[in-house]
Amino acid sequence: MSNFSVGFRNNGSIQILDLRGELDAHTASELEAAIQKCQAGSSFQIIINGANLAYISSAGLGVFMAYIEEIRENGGDIKIVALQDKVFNVFDLLGFPMLFDIMSSEEEAIAKFEE
Amino acid sequence: MAPDTHTLTIPSSTRYLEDVRQFVAKKAQLAGFSERDVEQLKIAVDEACTNVIKHAYNGEGEHAIDIAVILSSDKLTVRIRDRGRAFNPETYAEPNLIEFAKSRKSGGLGVHIMNRLMDRVEYKTKGGVNECCLVKYLPESD
Repeated sequence: MSNFSVGFRNNGSIQILDLRGELDAHTASELEAAIQKCQAGSSFQIIINGANLAYISSAGLGVFMAYIEEIRENGGDIKIVALQDKVFNVFDLLGFPMLFDIMSSEEEAIAKFEE
Repeated sequence: MAPDTHTLTIPSSTRYLEDVRQFVAKKAQLAGFSERDVEQLKIAVDEACTNVIKHAYNGEGEHAIDIAVILSSDKLTVRIRDRGRAFNPETYAEPNLIEFAKSRKSGGLGVHIMNRLMDRVEYKTKGGVNECCLVKYLPESD
């Protein structure tokens, strides 16, 4: 059984994905499927809530990399919020703060989308 | 002190990555590494095994990966062995993140992570066996 799951929520037109568990090369396909589901429903404003994400490897980070350009081309964005320190450190190691909005709270990301 | 060696063999499938992380984390905790160092060892071994599964064995799940945690007085070494296609670190180029996103690639960041988190990363191939060693020194005791 996979120790990773994605929960879906909405805030108006913003799609919020709640990540739970450990995101590695085995579970990355579930995140990929979740982002594809957003795209299929024409939801391009996506917030990734990482409050319950306990682990990430480059395979997980690679999913964000693979979709970000396409989502921005459609006028949207992926904003990442509420990461635990140990998970944020991996994002930071690869320079993700340069490429993504990584914020402390969902409210902050929603406000940024509504600007 | 003679090195203390613990081994684990897994099939070459990503479903066993979690087992490898737990195995290495447990040994590193017992050896006295900080939570931060344990986390770094978990990621580095995950990236090394993922590369073996995806590149050395091309995603085929029926091969074996041998993992050994070798503890000595001043360091922990994770040795990962496979019999697949060898990795040549000389042909590896550091990824440029922005170019990377534009090309919609989703792999290739693992080697970078390993190099950044470990004190030493070494590769060798001998007699059809590829070996990757991840080395982390123990914090100096006062």
